[in-house]
Amino acid sequence: MSARAQVLMWVGQRASAALLAICVFVHLATMIYAVRGGLTAAEILARLQGHAGWLAFYVVFVLAVAVHVPIGLRAVLGEWLGWRNAARDWVLAGFALLLLAAGLRAAFGLYGAIRGAA
Amino acid sequence: MSESGTEDAGMLQVRIWRSGEDGGGFREYRVPRQASQTVLDVVTHVQRKLDPALAYRYACRVGMCGSCAMTVNGVSRWTCRTHVSKVAADGRLEIAPLANLPVVKDLVADMREFFDKWARAQGQFAGATTRHDAFAQVSPVSEARQAVDAGIECIGCGVCYSSCDVVAWNPDYLGPAALNRAWTLHQDERDAAQAERLRAVAGDAGCHACHTHMSCTERCPKHISPTAGIAGLKRAVAMAALKGEL
Ligand code: SF4
Ligand code: SF4
Ligand code: FES
Repeated sequence: MSARAQVLMWVGQRASAALLAICVFVHLATMIYAVRGGLTAAEILARLQGHAGWLAFYVVFVLAVAVHVPIGLRAVLGEWLGWRNAARDWVLAGFALLLLAAGLRAAFGLYGAIRGAA
Repeated sequence: MSESGTEDAGMLQVRIWRSGEDGGGFREYRVPRQASQTVLDVVTHVQRKLDPALAYRYACRVGMCGSCAMTVNGVSRWTCRTHVSKVAADGRLEIAPLANLPVVKDLVADMREFFDKWARAQGQFAGATTRHDAFAQVSPVSEARQAVDAGIECIGCGVCYSSCDVVAWNPDYLGPAALNRAWTLHQDERDAAQAERLRAVAGDAGCHACHTHMSCTERCPKHISPTAGIAGLKRAVAMAALKGEL
């Protein structure tokens, strides 16, 4: 992998971390609010379904996760297991796609676009 | 615990790493305590009075040459300026070679890789003028010159390198001293190899591998902060990568 690609991954890691800090905060705050307010699962679903704002929020959340986690794992695998070859990067690229697919499926499921996914 | 603890009040219990065909191990010595004694004084006493075969390295004895660094009670230090009273409150010293480097013999670490990495990080000044040109005028108060000042007093002792976990985990990592050197040159407005240097310190083996643990900064005997320089390099390299200049 070129040095430039490595540096851009570092930038992606930092940028996604900043996004995640916001996303996790909003996600947790909303959850606490919903639970404290005594909302049932059905009521929560009713509020989220068809709400484009929440869909956009969770899509961004999922994207940030799919960028952040594999890059972090890349360093962990390199430093702790000494796994530094190209195979590592391919496996992690696959893992990123997996996270992205699973996350987007859940986000769109919540939105109501995919029946039975949420 | 030695039973002779009380009668040994004036003695230091010293364990020193000795190489051996079996892989080596610590050997124990008893060294008289002295006022204002340094760890290097202790090692010298052992070599001169008790065990002439002990190998160790020093030159200046005043904190300038950077050759006397060792691991003292688990921490990398320059031994010529480390007082025994500061590190051996209970009268015990364990002295080993620097970590993260191969050992030549006993307390002598092989510094080749350490300095080869300076070269790999473009640690050489690249001038663009000749002796026929006028002297460059660098403002001593400019921000860049101040950044150079903050990092330039490195004596190449290897204490930071030996204290860095990332060096231990990733043998290719250039390490704090080489990156600090690259940073001072990056801030040198006379240097003409800026793009090459940013490329040399980019990525997995370069500045972006640093986890900002700050062990290097904590332990540098010259109070340099390689961590700060590395953070500056990270930003400079990232900007260059984003602009497609890397
Ligand atoms: S700040 Fe960076 S270079 Fe310094 S010890 Fe930590 S990881 Fe190593
Ligand atoms: S930066 Fe400090 S600890 Fe590292 S080699 Fe230079 S003087 Fe020694
Ligand atoms: S002997 Fe020169 S720095 Fe210690």
